[in-house]
Amino acid sequence: MKANLATTTDNRVRGDALIELVRVSRSFEKKRDVAVKIANTMGLGAKEEIVQAVDRVDLVVRKGEVVGLVGESGCGKSTLGRMVAGILPPSSGSIYYGGKSVSALNRAERRAAALAVQMIFQDPFASLNPRMRVKEIIAGAPLYHGLVRRSEVDQHVDLMMERVGLDKTYKRRYPHQFSGGQRQRIGIARALAVNPKLIVCDESVAALDVSIQAQVLNLFMKLRQDLDLTYLFISHDLGVVEHLADRVAIMYLGRIVEEATTAELFSKPNHPYTTALLKEVPRLDSRHREFQTIKGEIPSPINPPSGCHFHPRCPHAMSRCRLEQPKLMEVAPGRLSACHLNDGK
Amino acid sequence: MRGKILGLVGESGSGKTVTGFSILGLVEKPGRIEQGRILFNGSDLRRASPEELRDIRGNRISMIFQDPMMTLNPVLRIDTQMIETIRAHKKISYDDARVLARDALGKVGIPSPDERLAAYPHQFSGGMRQRVAIAIALLHKPELIIADEPTTALDVTIQAQILSEVQKLCREVGTALIWVTHDLSVVAAIADQICVMYAGRIVERGSTESVLDGPSHPYTNGLIHSVPGNNRPGTPLQQIPGVMPSLLSLPVGCSFRQRCRYADSMCMAEPEFNAVETNRDHIARCWHPLAEGRPA
Ligand SMILES: Nc1ncnc2c1ncn2[C@@H]1O[C@H](COP(=O)(O)OP(=O)(O)OP(=O)(O)O)[C@@H](O)[C@H]1O
Ligand SMILES: Nc1ncnc2c1ncn2[C@@H]1O[C@H](COP(=O)(O)OP(=O)(O)OP(=O)(O)O)[C@@H](O)[C@H]1O
Ligand code: SF4
Ligand SMILES: [Mg+2]
Ligand SMILES: [Mg+2]
Repeated sequence: MKANLATTTDNRVRGDALIELVRVSRSFEKKRDVAVKIANTMGLGAKEEIVQAVDRVDLVVRKGEVVGLVGESGCGKSTLGRMVAGILPPSSGSIYYGGKSVSALNRAERRAAALAVQMIFQDPFASLNPRMRVKEIIAGAPLYHGLVRRSEVDQHVDLMMERVGLDKTYKRRYPHQFSGGQRQRIGIARALAVNPKLIVCDESVAALDVSIQAQVLNLFMKLRQDLDLTYLFISHDLGVVEHLADRVAIMYLGRIVEEATTAELFSKPNHPYTTALLKEVPRLDSRHREFQTIKGEIPSPINPPSGCHFHPRCPHAMSRCRLEQPKLMEVAPGRLSACHLNDGK
Repeated sequence: MRGKILGLVGESGSGKTVTGFSILGLVEKPGRIEQGRILFNGSDLRRASPEELRDIRGNRISMIFQDPMMTLNPVLRIDTQMIETIRAHKKISYDDARVLARDALGKVGIPSPDERLAAYPHQFSGGMRQRVAIAIALLHKPELIIADEPTTALDVTIQAQILSEVQKLCREVGTALIWVTHDLSVVAAIADQICVMYAGRIVERGSTESVLDGPSHPYTNGLIHSVPGNNRPGTPLQQIPGVMPSLLSLPVGCSFRQRCRYADSMCMAEPEFNAVETNRDHIARCWHPLAEGRPA
């Protein structure tokens, strides 16, 4: 166990890691629904349900790179993203920021780290206060944290709006007076206003139409160049991730099952789940295709399958897969995969 | 049209759902269908009497919604809902209806349909619920199914399962399908014909191949090129500037005019449908239709 951990973490260049997760887990107690409560009062003693949303994940995000985090609904992407952004504490494991464990930072360092990592959410509307003007939304955090002086605030807001391609003359408007794409730009401007180093984008373009999505994705790429930003880009859309990311991590039921450079992952997936996922994605250039579907449903994270979580749906599953959890191991330089098939090679 | 799949594509607010609803005469007051005819097997649905429409809705055309709970009743067991639906339209015994219901669940790939019949909707996952809704839509072997973004909220693997089942059904039962979506790739995968909507209008129509390989309307062209998978990774995506105008304040003339790079004074007048030169079944509503990516 120990030895394996060393191979998966020590090979990484710790030096340029902006943020690093080591065996980070997060579980939730599932709120009991009424039916269970009734059963309990009747003495049928149903057990408290625990969701293991993120299960011992190791992940490094290096300065300047875009890491894509992909997986199906409920696999723990947002939970992982919120832990990276410092909004949600892990149940166990450690997070290192700039080489230092976040739990060991002093107050000033912790505040700096919190500002350096910003999150942009899926729903541009829900994450903006409807009663605040755009100007107040963008200026709030930098003023509060003393990053800009009152006398400079107007200038700062103008600069941010310019950066994200919003007309400065709109700064006295309220969020509802903007389109979806414009609202997402307001959310981006708000995140940029505290000069972050790392931005966690959680399904940030999922709610947008294709033509507007293209505008926002282009903006992300331009900002990366102009401001030297690093992104953790969470998405269930493989096309978007392929376009934007340098490296991709694939999650399945709380665990990372494969990690590789984008080009390698898309051309030669290693894990059977990745392979299946790539096959299912409809693409513009594949017409009248027959879908070869992955059998079965996505299992519940409350009671995940034993061994390899993917075994009930995997076309290559062996008896070992039911019993033993495959470890995320280096299968080629810089490529990690968690599948027993790699042992035979 | 029988057994064929038509993809109705457009961005949010372009009028896809309203189009689907008007086919079924479900437009809410004060909304109304301003003009035109809706032909179903040669007869105009707009002239149909309420009784005829109800018969058509129940027996010959079904609708599947993005949210399966539009179809399902949360407090009734699946079997109750399905059997009621069957018996409302067909005089058969309860037991026979139950067998039909079970078979329908099996057909959409629900494992152990016998046990599942006794479950309530909340006991199913989102993907399963959508399949139950599809099973209900299929109960009467309708001639036409209108599916309004039924897989948009689902994961890729579940979407693929539903797409494959729907394809099979169309082939086997001969049901025609209108698949409403904003996702061009889904349409590419299953549709025979494509209609592209913009600001409440169909702006282009043709076979999947001719529309996707040789888009004629600048909007369709822009849409195709905004898809990340159609651009080299890391390069800027081609984007359509601006946003879709509100249907309440459409510009005069071509409604795409303000976002179109080919727009000129001609576009101040409303373009009619025109056949694309090489192909009479491929039509577009544009003054400067594209051929091989540029104005002809
Ligand atoms: N605050 C919470 N309380 C209880 N359970 C939670 C909470 N947040 C997340 N979960 C559970 O943890 C699991 C992972 O959720 P998470 O939101 O991280 O998934 P996700 O991959 O982001 O999914 P999606 O693609 O649907 O956004 C789910 O089963 C979810 O129900
Ligand atoms: N009941 C209604 N009353 C008034 N306006 C409506 C009603 N339903 C829809 N609209 C308007 O009609 C237009 C077309 O809406 P529709 O729902 O058909 O779009 P859509 O293409 O289905 O979009 P989406 O992809 O978001 O579902 C929109 O501008 C919408 O605001
Ligand atoms: S470990 Fe086994 S079940 Fe899991 S993906 Fe590999 S072969 Fe399939
Ligand atoms: Mg999420
Ligand atoms: Mg709609």
